[in-house]
Amino acid sequence: MAAICSLYIINKSGGLIYYKDYGSGGRMDTNDSLRVASLWHSMHAISQQLSPTTGCYGIELLEADTFDLHCFQSLTGTKFFVVCEPGTQQMESLLKVIYELYTDYVLKNPFYEMEMPIRCELFDINLSQVVQKDRVVLLGR
Amino acid sequence: MIGVGKIKQYSNVLDKPLSKGKQEVSLSAFAFLFSELVQYNQTQVDNIAELERRLEDAGYAVGARVLELLCHREKGNRRETRLLGILSFVHSTVWKVLFGKVADSLEKGTEHEDEYMISEKELLVNRFISIPKDMGTFNCGAFVAGIVRGVLEGAGFPAVVTAHFVPVEGQQRPRTTILIKFAEEVLIFPPSLVTVLLWI
Repeated sequence: MAAICSLYIINKSGGLIYYKDYGSGGRMDTNDSLRVASLWHSMHAISQQLSPTTGCYGIELLEADTFDLHCFQSLTGTKFFVVCEPGTQQMESLLKVIYELYTDYVLKNPFYEMEMPIRCELFDINLSQVVQKDRVVLLGR
Repeated sequence: MIGVGKIKQYSNVLDKPLSKGKQEVSLSAFAFLFSELVQYNQTQVDNIAELERRLEDAGYAVGARVLELLCHREKGNRRETRLLGILSFVHSTVWKVLFGKVADSLEKGTEHEDEYMISEKELLVNRFISIPKDMGTFNCGAFVAGIVRGVLEGAGFPAVVTAHFVPVEGQQRPRTTILIKFAEEVLIFPPSLVTVLLWI
């Protein structure tokens, strides 16, 4: 799917625990992706402080000329964000589905250590199925 | 969100069967509990074989109890004494009560007379578990193997039961096979025969 460029999952202290590149757009090496993750973590925290409205949970969408960045933060502080082409729809629901997969295949896996990089075969398999799936299916959920 | 199935609704509370009670628990709750069971046992062992043995022992206790319960509830206090009878009891009755469905297949081993296999495409306990590469062929189905061993031994069919991953062509995920190898005396003196001998 061309619309999504990359997916990041960062733990509550800003460390990158999952990164997946979907081919289109500028490729990044490991260092760059780590940098983007911690940068986003800090920006997200600052945005909460700077927000003029009370009860702000941080940036949910960043719109730039060449990309959109959608972010979803779980109650425990884990952040999921996707970088996609401008104007891509249904990214919020995609992030929710990815969060659901994370709770199922990562948190229920006895061999996963909390806050550590995610290396779970089942999570990878199900994630690629969700991302490749037709949007119509995503809409129907 | 992912559940075993829906609980059957009865319009009248009096229609509800008394003895069975609520049969299903949340799959998520079970998955977290099982995950903790594996994690706890992992802290108690040095190697994978030991972990497998501990999981099997935990399952054995479940199996022994399940046999008692189901003989009472489903079979009117009768216990299977034939080899094929007890195998199909495990494959259908036990599986249905524990996992909400009948096991995918029950086969006889081709190489040995005393081996039987219960295969499951996606074992419930393995639904959310990815085995790390460095753990090799370890399978959390050892717990289910323990349950099967508990049922069989309780019914008088001592056996060695192990769980294995078997790759399936055209599938990303391997299926799990529970391999049952009966002890020698079972084939020579099955419990049905022993009962007859006692009567004489």
